[in-house]
Amino acid sequence: MSDRTIELEILRYDPEQDDAPHFQTYTVPCQEDWVVLDAINFVKENLDRTLSYRWSCHMAVCGSCGMALNGEPALACHAFVRDYPERIRIEPLQNFPIERDLVVVMDDFMEKLAAVRPYVIAAEEKDVEDGEHLQTPAELARYKQYTACINCLLCYSACPQYGLNDSFIGPAALALAHRYNLDSRDVGRSAREDVVASNPGIWECSFVGACSEVCPKSVDPAAAIQQTKIASSGDYFMKFLMPWKRK
Amino acid sequence: MSRRPYLREQSKSGWWLSQPRYVRYMMREVSAAFIGIYALILIIGVHRLSQGEIAYASFMASTKGPAGLLFAAAAMLFAVYHTLTWFQVTPKAMPLTLSGKRVPGGVIVAAHWLGFAVASAAVWLLVGS
Repeated sequence: MSDRTIELEILRYDPEQDDAPHFQTYTVPCQEDWVVLDAINFVKENLDRTLSYRWSCHMAVCGSCGMALNGEPALACHAFVRDYPERIRIEPLQNFPIERDLVVVMDDFMEKLAAVRPYVIAAEEKDVEDGEHLQTPAELARYKQYTACINCLLCYSACPQYGLNDSFIGPAALALAHRYNLDSRDVGRSAREDVVASNPGIWECSFVGACSEVCPKSVDPAAAIQQTKIASSGDYFMKFLMPWKRK
Repeated sequence: MSRRPYLREQSKSGWWLSQPRYVRYMMREVSAAFIGIYALILIIGVHRLSQGEIAYASFMASTKGPAGLLFAAAAMLFAVYHTLTWFQVTPKAMPLTLSGKRVPGGVIVAAHWLGFAVASAAVWLLVGS
């Protein structure tokens, strides 16, 4: 039972056969409540089993199905077909090398994420039997928004600075660094500083703001980066005013 | 099975034309050039003033030609756009928390406009008319 027939123009790339990616068009009968991922699954199950793409949860939690829909980075599971015209151009995320079809190589991001040490660095290690690190609701509210990141890479795909210079640490990793810097249980800010407050870190960002516009979880990485810039500038001046306060 | 990742390079010069949001960003960045040139003209004006009345009068006359007026209008438009866009993003860069509650972004933006109005009025009172 289909409500509408649409054409999916999908970028295909087979590293074993193709020198460059090319578009292939599929005609798909869609139902009213389908998201783009459903349409792609229809292609995989009924029209072309060679199509490669990542997906898992189908509910904007796992962050696997990021791709460019008519040029705009989006989660395929979070984009209703009914909101698109008759023809949807589907490409892998921009700014990342294509492994195959809609699958991109995310190694660069994984390295950058690890570099900002995105975990609580506590002042002293505590055994599990010693209980939790307690936190008030107000302390949680300071960083909660930034915990919503699902590492879907839409922000990197939307960021022209990352496209021009891939040494940029990038929106999601910097937002997560900010998330831990704001955490009352964390003392790792100075340990993250070498990466975060460097030229390829926050200072490569020129506040285009595209990352925040495409973020499916309203993390607002652009805000995180600007706040980090202000804090880092404060550190810089404090270094001269109160040199004894430094580590 | 061999890996041979393919990288689609972003255009080094034309990237900003690919999305309306990038064009808006570039407009905001370019506005700085107009404001910078306007400031430069102002400095030249002050310098001409120091050279005496005749020098200053000829400077003033040169700013009132069609090119001068056109530039002043363009600089004004870009200055307004610059102010508008920067005030709009201030809640992102400077979020405020008052007695445990986050101050709504609209209030922060409005406070900036209020500050702008007060500063403009002060300048007007000091040197206007």
